[in-house]
Amino acid sequence: MQKVIEASGIAKNFGNTQALRGISFDVNEGEIFGFIGPDGAGKTTLFRIITTLYLPDEGSMTVLGVDCVKGYRKLRENIGYMPGRFSLYMDLSVEENLRFYASVFGTTIEENYELIKDIYSHIEPFKTRLAGQLSGGMKQKLALSCALIHKPRLLVLDEPTTGVDAVSRTEFWEMLGKLKAHNITVVVSTPYMDEATKCDRVALIQEGQILSVNPPEVLKDSFTRKLFYVKASDKYNLLKILRSFPLTISAYPFGDSIHTTFSKDNPLGDLNEYLLSKGINDFSISEGRAGIEDRFLELMGTESIHYQ
Amino acid sequence: MTGNTVISVRNLVKKFGNFVANDNLNFNVFEGEIFGFLGANGAGKTTTIRILSGLSKPTSGTVMVAGFDAKKQAEEIKKNIGYMCQRFSLYDDLTVKENIMLYGGIYGMKKKTIQDRTTALLEQLNFGQYSDSMISSLPLGLKQKLAFSVAILHEPRIVFLDEPTGGVDPVTRRQFWEMIYEATARGITVFVTTHYMDEAEYCDRVSIMSEGRIVALDTPEELRKQYNAGSIEEVFIKIARPSRNVEGGLE
Amino acid sequence: MKRFHGFVKKEFLHIFRDYRTLVILFGLPVAEILIFGFVISMEIKDAGIAFLDLSKDDVTQKISDKMCSSDFFRKVEDLQSYHDIDMIMKTGRAKAVIVFGENFGRDLVSRGEADMSIITDASEPNTATLITNYASAIVSDFNMEYREKNSGAKILVSPEVRMFYNPELRSHFMFVPGVITFILILICALMTSITITREKEFGTMEVLLVSPLKPSQIILGKVMPYFILSFINVLLILLLSRIAFDLPVKGSLSLLLAESMLYILMSLSLGILISTVSKTMQQAIFISLVGLMLPTILLSGFIFPLENMPRVYDVVAYFLPPRYYITIIKNIMIKGTGFFSVWKETLILTIMTLFFIVLSVRKFKIRLQ
Repeated sequence: MQKVIEASGIAKNFGNTQALRGISFDVNEGEIFGFIGPDGAGKTTLFRIITTLYLPDEGSMTVLGVDCVKGYRKLRENIGYMPGRFSLYMDLSVEENLRFYASVFGTTIEENYELIKDIYSHIEPFKTRLAGQLSGGMKQKLALSCALIHKPRLLVLDEPTTGVDAVSRTEFWEMLGKLKAHNITVVVSTPYMDEATKCDRVALIQEGQILSVNPPEVLKDSFTRKLFYVKASDKYNLLKILRSFPLTISAYPFGDSIHTTFSKDNPLGDLNEYLLSKGINDFSISEGRAGIEDRFLELMGTESIHYQ
Repeated sequence: MTGNTVISVRNLVKKFGNFVANDNLNFNVFEGEIFGFLGANGAGKTTTIRILSGLSKPTSGTVMVAGFDAKKQAEEIKKNIGYMCQRFSLYDDLTVKENIMLYGGIYGMKKKTIQDRTTALLEQLNFGQYSDSMISSLPLGLKQKLAFSVAILHEPRIVFLDEPTGGVDPVTRRQFWEMIYEATARGITVFVTTHYMDEAEYCDRVSIMSEGRIVALDTPEELRKQYNAGSIEEVFIKIARPSRNVEGGLE
Repeated sequence: MKRFHGFVKKEFLHIFRDYRTLVILFGLPVAEILIFGFVISMEIKDAGIAFLDLSKDDVTQKISDKMCSSDFFRKVEDLQSYHDIDMIMKTGRAKAVIVFGENFGRDLVSRGEADMSIITDASEPNTATLITNYASAIVSDFNMEYREKNSGAKILVSPEVRMFYNPELRSHFMFVPGVITFILILICALMTSITITREKEFGTMEVLLVSPLKPSQIILGKVMPYFILSFINVLLILLLSRIAFDLPVKGSLSLLLAESMLYILMSLSLGILISTVSKTMQQAIFISLVGLMLPTILLSGFIFPLENMPRVYDVVAYFLPPRYYITIIKNIMIKGTGFFSVWKETLILTIMTLFFIVLSVRKFKIRLQ
């Protein structure tokens, strides 16, 4: 399979801050490649290097077969980029924004309408409305249409779903999935761990370093310990008690349950007794599958003991 | 969980010209609970929060917050609530200590009280080493934790949190929620919006807004049962998807 | 070309969508011209003056007639003695008293000089100065006529050099070039630097940089609308001063417009230069205001004459482009001189323009910082 991005040893510093500390990865043609990590992990910096906006201090990167430092002019013809803040002109209408971006890339809306039809049709009824008056979900769709209008071979999306509600987020990922049919490679970042499952491969990134690159299923399976879901009505109390349980390695609240790992493979007998002795009666314990976020927390190596 | 009512909203309507942002809302929030206020972008959440925190007046309806009328006693309400939003909360060019002192001062706390609480707060957050650092030099997670502590520095009865954990790493996000639990244990009522659906599960009760109306309000458990869903996210996607014709609603 | 066309179209949309931009573009020049023309008017009109003529001869009669026949002065009374001066000034009916000494006409013929004084009410110092200047100018005017008739006669009152090219003594003349100079640098430098930094601040610049647009296309696209609008502004100001103040362009109009284009180009490149060094709109506005506007107002000879400036400022003023433009346009508009009288200034301005264009294009980054 052809590589769309080949990066090796990419490092970038801003003053004394090391934003990227020697990052290497490959992106295959036609895949959705996700960078998952919190704010400040270095995602935006990395994306700006991919899109030729920054020069790396160290390392080399080839994008679409072109060196991203020397070949920036050629690259800029073939990349679609959606920066963290939706890059729309708020005083222009939906259609004017799209027309402008089309003209910048020397094309027209009509020429590539087929490609953006799925996305743009959601907002087309409002094409005369100013972009500043759109809701977050619609701004996001317009920005994506603008990034796609010149039929780029590589689409780079920096946190396209941040601050957008769960409904729009789901729709957005459906749209990205459809782009595969057009053979467009997508590199996307997000702070929402659950979105990782929508990617073909995922790189977990933290403090300028890649912790792991894997398909999401592999990532989940690489969780090393047995994971237990513990539930009780008083969640906060349960959490505190679980932390104080001598066999506990980690205990993190996840939705309505607390995901807990123990230093013993079968801790249930001891745990039952302990919880009862602390006055919790309505608990339930079940073994569960680890998700991406569980793995991320494990990789971050922050264990409950250091947890405050 | 039916203590005293601290927020009571009756027939709340808020219009901007022809646009109805809040369409006849009715709900109560009880003392000491964590009330999750969910909704799609543009559903009207921000409008409601502004009214509840005394920043904007309802077009019609009765809104009582901490025992005061949002129409006439906005100033009284402001003294009894704390407010924290995702982006602006602390001054980037002031140090941690200066920010705390500033907010204490704004809420008319005594200097001695502010100093005592500052010390306690810094200790509790393990923030001692940062007390003289500029806010701009702190990582986002720390900033958000500090912003929350500052928002409840004056021991308000209710604290409004508008997407407090956006973009924060998973560990810090959980630490943040533990701080929320601690605050409620002290009797502070928490009114919170979030886009992380798993966080909705941490709330005592959750309301879901769509197109200016509250379409669901119950405990997370009941909502899951009611909509036959495995998680609040599923519930949300089932009922919060706005119809096409109004999706472009004003933010 | 299609790319460029789309870009320019977008810029015009920005301008016409934002009424504040439009107000600054077209409201401000009109307001400035009118304010300077009428409100802070530096001219006096129908100022009451009294005469104490101790000589009462042909010459004094001629001078006082000449004064009162102008629009500036109106005779309120003929005084009889020195005691009356104080009295009439206190009532405020007369802003000034002109005193002709005894045997004024005879002295003038025999000695070539005669006693005359202008006494003004200096509780309004500006008016007092103006009246003194105007009155002296009229007298010196008279003096010139007199000298022409009687060659060899000595100068009566030293003429005011600054009013020499302003024979009708109308102060709008001095302001119109100043306003044009000021407005152009305001629109060009401030507005272009704002529109470029706005794209930086809103994050749209990131996408423009990643697009195949060349920096020169981005710069030209930004600059083109303001070039056109500024040029329209020059025409507007000239037209307005013609209609409202009856002020014609004495010299060649096409030369004036060509010089204005040069100055517009210079200001635009300054605007781009400012935008390359500022990250936010706030910074751009601050640099434009403090770095360009203040010096333009204070040091270009717009309000304060360069001749009276302390040496240091004078030196600073040599590096200010507006200074040269204001000289050029004063020469063409008011003196009516041709290219030969302004070629030096034009050359300096051209060099400055080229310098700024090269510098700003080179500083304009193809990547983010």
